[in-house]
Amino acid sequence: MARVLGTRLLRLVATLFAVTFLSFLMTALLPGDPAVAVLGVEGVQNEELLLEVREELGLNDPIPVRYVNWLGRAVTGDLGESYINRGVPVAQTIQERIPVTAQLAVMAIIIALVLAIPLGVLGAYKESRWPDTASSAFAQIALSVPNFITGIFLIWLFSVTLRWLPASNWNRLGNGVVDNLKTSIMPATALAMTQMAIFSRLVRSDMIATLQENFVLAAKAKGLTDRFILLRHALRPSSLSLMTILGINFGALLGGTVVIETLFAIPGLGFRLINAISQRDIMVIQGITVFIAVVYVVINTVVDLLYAAVDPRIRRS
Amino acid sequence: MASNDLLTVQHLSTTFETPAGSVKAVDDVSLSLKAGSTMGLVGESGSGKTVLSRSIMRLITAGGATTTGSVLYRGEELLTKSSKEMQALWGAEMAMVFQDPMTSLNPVVRIGRQMIEHVQHHLGLSKADAVDAAVSLLRSAQIPEAEARLQAYPHELSGGMRQRVCIAIALACGPNMLFADEPTTALDVTVQHQILNLLAEQQRERNMTMILVTHDLGVVAGRTDEIAVMYAGRIVEKAPTDTLFASMRHPYTEALLRAIPKIDDPKQTKLSAIIGRPPDLINPPSGCAFSPRCPYVQPKCREEAPTLTPGESAGHEFACWNPVGSPEAEQAWQQNLEGGLLQTLAAAGKATATEEGATPVPVAANEAAQ
Ligand SMILES: Nc1ncnc2c1ncn2[C@@H]1O[C@H](COP(=O)(O)OP(=O)(O)OP(=O)(O)O)[C@@H](O)[C@H]1O
Ligand code: SF4
Ligand SMILES: [Mg+2]
Repeated sequence: MARVLGTRLLRLVATLFAVTFLSFLMTALLPGDPAVAVLGVEGVQNEELLLEVREELGLNDPIPVRYVNWLGRAVTGDLGESYINRGVPVAQTIQERIPVTAQLAVMAIIIALVLAIPLGVLGAYKESRWPDTASSAFAQIALSVPNFITGIFLIWLFSVTLRWLPASNWNRLGNGVVDNLKTSIMPATALAMTQMAIFSRLVRSDMIATLQENFVLAAKAKGLTDRFILLRHALRPSSLSLMTILGINFGALLGGTVVIETLFAIPGLGFRLINAISQRDIMVIQGITVFIAVVYVVINTVVDLLYAAVDPRIRRS
Repeated sequence: MASNDLLTVQHLSTTFETPAGSVKAVDDVSLSLKAGSTMGLVGESGSGKTVLSRSIMRLITAGGATTTGSVLYRGEELLTKSSKEMQALWGAEMAMVFQDPMTSLNPVVRIGRQMIEHVQHHLGLSKADAVDAAVSLLRSAQIPEAEARLQAYPHELSGGMRQRVCIAIALACGPNMLFADEPTTALDVTVQHQILNLLAEQQRERNMTMILVTHDLGVVAGRTDEIAVMYAGRIVEKAPTDTLFASMRHPYTEALLRAIPKIDDPKQTKLSAIIGRPPDLINPPSGCAFSPRCPYVQPKCREEAPTLTPGESAGHEFACWNPVGSPEAEQAWQQNLEGGLLQTLAAAGKATATEEGATPVPVAANEAAQ
């Protein structure tokens, strides 16, 4: 196990290098001159000032040099400063906003799992019969409706019509769990529906395959109840694809909640990222992109390690 | 139907509806077992042994399968029981050891839990008691370091060990009826004997009733009270074990006996292996299902299917128009030999039998070489 962890860690570091370099490269290659963005309209006229700012930002160095400089500071936690809001460290922005987005992503995944596992298991158990057809139809609908439509529907139902929940005014978790839940449950649910659809399809198809296995028949021949067989024998071996997707989608959610964050006026990371992109605030874009990429890689490494927990046969290799 | 029969199966048929047509995997099978007795169920691959055992136990799960007939267990009809009622019997009253120990244990669940879960469920034992019972079961199944094994996952055990575990699991709740479906086919020869002896020993100790499924007549020879030979979903010969080996009457049984590997004379075995393949169960041959492969085949065989009829000795039944040893068989054999029928030549050792049965080669040259 220690050796497995060791090689995994090495691989993780290598991947992190690649990922940070690629994200850095791509943001550096974005069209438009960051110096222009910094100076605003009047700066464009002043050639001297432009050159000065370019020098100051290190934009005249070749990209690999800029990357190494940036990386050197990044590993100490210094991701630079915003070009637009001068003096505001990018790390601070991320630190402020990641709890919001991470909370949304975690809640969305949990809600999705809580709905998807029973639906997927039921679908597989009653394959091709009405409960399966019904849950498939539900998943299909959930999959084809975009997040923000679900969000708008939830706002219409719970904020406008029933007046149970506020449609905006995000409450930080620090302000009390209940108050926070009131503002987070709708956006999280809106995000969860697509995930739920994907997860339940995966659980269903993996479970259908597992239920064909000999050991399921052997468990039945022991007189165990169907429920016990489904949940205690078949579910675990049917959850490997689910775990893979879970890792990938969690990473995607961290950067992909922007529409929902906008809809519910949530001060999250995605919201800030879109802002930065429209302002050509390269440092912020770079910082957030690299951060999300790193989280992505780390999560997927954790998922890889979790495989072994789910399937003991993997532990050997 | 004697009253001391534990199991009475009558006119049992199981059909699978498939896109290609309906597969009659078990066709009008009747048999009965006295409490404490052992029956060997023998036949080639695809003859319906597994489907028959599972049909009796109501463990056919495929969609599109229908089972008709009657299965009386202790006088109670099983085919009409609800799945809840069957769940109470499964594992507790009747148990099954499956063909392949590699796949019949859950790979992600520790051996320990797989051994105690049904014991707790059926017998209501506490976990500690169930674990104790499991340990002593593993010991009686000759598994070394029983306590440590409980913590192991199936892939950490050898095939033979796994099958011992499967047997221990099947025996854990003290069932009265055990189906052992080719328990040793997937194992090495030396391990096979150990496993079969373990089963026989446990069967005797517990006075269990057992159906031992195999494709190898040699396996059931000294280990069963009775043997039923299956071909294409039907029982074609049934007799007490001694009777069967002393005077088998069905040509298929005879062919199976010739197919038992003879370690001292492997050449002989190969020469007399059964020609051809088991029939297509969707479009079975007309008349006797064995007729395309039978060395004694006569025109009548292709027209009319023989039914199981009692022979001279008690409990001996067979379904054949020209039973082995009869004057009809003698005549048919001579006729077919002269007519150059390939399966007859092969059975007489005058042609090379191929498992595919495509084109057996007459072996004048081979004979000369011997
Ligand atoms: N679910 C199913 N659908 C269709 N046909 C099936 C199904 N299960 C079994 N069969 C068919 O029933 C026939 C009997 O199969 P069965 O598994 O009982 O044979 P067997 O005697 O146990 O053979 P083996 O020695 O290979 O285990 C085979 O022709 C098989 O193809
Ligand atoms: S002799 Fe005829 S009836 Fe008997 S097994 Fe051969 S083909 Fe069938
Ligand atoms: Mg079989």
